Amino acid sequence: MNREAMLERVRIALGHKPGQSIEEPPPVYLTRIERSKGERIALFTAALEALAGRVVRCATRETARDTVTSMIAGKQVVASQASYLRLCGISIENVETPDADVGITSADYALADTGTLVMISGAEESRLISLLPPTHIAVVPVSRLLENLDDLLTRVPRPADGTSSMVLITGPSRTADIEQILVRGVHGPGEITVILVDD
Amino acid sequence: MSAFVPLDQLRNTMADASLQTAIYAATGRLITKRKGSVGEETLPDYQALRDQAHGIKRHAIENLDFYLKQLETNVIAHGGHVVWCNSGTEVADFILSLAKQRGARLIVKSKSMTTEEIDLNERLEHHQLEAVETDLGEYILQLAHQRPYHIVAPALHMTRFDVADIFTRQLGVEREEVIENQTKIARRVLREKFLKADIGITGANFLVADSGAAVVVENEGNARLSSSAPRIHIVIAGIEKVIPRAQDLGVFLKLLGRSATGQALTVYTSFLSGPRRTGEVDGPDEFHLVLLDNGRTKLLADAQKRESLFCIRCGACLNHCPVYRKIGGHNYPWVYSGPIGAIITPQFHGVLKDPWLPYASSLCGACAEVCPVKIDIPRLLLDLRSDVVQARRWKGSARVEQATFRAFAWIATHPRIYASLGAWAALLAPRGDNGWLRRLPFFMRVGALKKWVSERDLPVPARKSFRQYWRGRPG
Repeated sequence: MNREAMLERVRIALGHKPGQSIEEPPPVYLTRIERSKGERIALFTAALEALAGRVVRCATRETARDTVTSMIAGKQVVASQASYLRLCGISIENVETPDADVGITSADYALADTGTLVMISGAEESRLISLLPPTHIAVVPVSRLLENLDDLLTRVPRPADGTSSMVLITGPSRTADIEQILVRGVHGPGEITVILVDD
Repeated sequence: MSAFVPLDQLRNTMADASLQTAIYAATGRLITKRKGSVGEETLPDYQALRDQAHGIKRHAIENLDFYLKQLETNVIAHGGHVVWCNSGTEVADFILSLAKQRGARLIVKSKSMTTEEIDLNERLEHHQLEAVETDLGEYILQLAHQRPYHIVAPALHMTRFDVADIFTRQLGVEREEVIENQTKIARRVLREKFLKADIGITGANFLVADSGAAVVVENEGNARLSSSAPRIHIVIAGIEKVIPRAQDLGVFLKLLGRSATGQALTVYTSFLSGPRRTGEVDGPDEFHLVLLDNGRTKLLADAQKRESLFCIRCGACLNHCPVYRKIGGHNYPWVYSGPIGAIITPQFHGVLKDPWLPYASSLCGACAEVCPVKIDIPRLLLDLRSDVVQARRWKGSARVEQATFRAFAWIATHPRIYASLGAWAALLAPRGDNGWLRRLPFFMRVGALKKWVSERDLPVPARKSFRQYWRGRPG
């Protein structure tokens, strides 16, 4: 209905001929850096802590499991189907996601420069577990810690090929809509803890 | 022209000391935050990124027909629908008929300037559909029946006490003046809406052609909830939001958060394409992308001014504009305020509707300096001023101005007359005290000039014209 008319208006406004081929877009502008694992961990930790997130380093998957267990004692919890959580031996008696105090996930990647978690929706990770509960705990192996956004977009150049939703999470949910006073935990989790596991 | 300027409104804004403080403090904080995030140490390739962003936007806009088709193909390939709308009415009609077919009653919305532009909420409410804004600032404004004061900080002009009044009156809750608790009230009320809603509406900061995806950036999580909790997700975006590749986000995301609020990345960046896929745990069953024209193709036709469509709505030009910082957001005639509003509003509505808009600038250039996509706003303002004059000429108004400039042109092109008039003017020029003229002689206090000089002191003119001085200089 409107499609042809709108496209036609755009074409005429631009002075293009029907079926005119286009020039190449400017080359992709992504920069590359490589740092040591230690540097990446230090950067990630500093960036997330600056946003009032928490980072816990664990030497083994077992300590990661024990850390999670102690953090969720007495709480209503929901965990994602991430295979890495199973690998760590984290097994949870799930409540319904809207009722949970804590949501536990892994993450597909983490970005050192900005303290970001990258969550790709699929059979393992859901959209809502990292979103509805007031606290989010993510258990992530250090091997998934990338440098930055450019590094992510180099490895995942077309995110939509594999998922309906890829979300970058950088710190706890926040607002400054009233008098520019910072308040955390508006609609998403106000607390976020990333457990970085060496393995 | 002055007849069209909302002078009383402007005076009220400028006489309101607490409002002035609020605007100045808020924009000042945003200026500081931005500055700290784009410096040599934090973002060394900031200027290169701006050039890249400008280049990509130019390419995308100049090949918009191609990228819209590519976008559509990819959205459909991922199971989504694409709806092409000429106007706000068509958007509302689409949503109403979809809601009717699906038996939907409640809609949750995340912040979107595009839906503000087409007054979507009013149109839906008119048909007994409840559409709830879920961004905290927008929610407050919806309860107060106001439009956004600022592109990224919509309730910038309100205090906690205003919010307390609004919540008490509209939600029937006990008066609450602590901001943290006000936020909790909103979270509680809106959480229920999210879980009940049938349809979620979001805007899009970018539409990625090679992926068929909508990219939404935000801090609160309400856009994630709007796009993930209800069973239908509708994205409404202007056609100018298209960028060629997901990899271009490496440029834009680094600029957008920093220019808006000084954040390297906003808390959430969602990359959304199509409904929930096979095997995915959750997500909507339906995904509709509404592509809106609403006058954008008019802007596109002007090769110079189509640059206005590069805007990524960061709000930096508002924060840095001495005019916006004085007159605030509500004195601009449309939802887009500040310098960007001054260049796009006349192009959408026609230059004669609010002819004063392109003049609401000192042309200081601060807006262009901070624009992450390097839109040459001052040049566009000048182009639009010229359009205003041109349009008036067609209408036969602006006779005095025309005659004045014609006379000046004649004098300026006759050197002898110019020189002798210069000498006479120097001789007859009024004398002041301490080098300043506080009051002009009576014959100069007429018409528009009278108003202009009533607010200004002028330096005393030289006793000799420049030409006389030049001839008489030693050696």
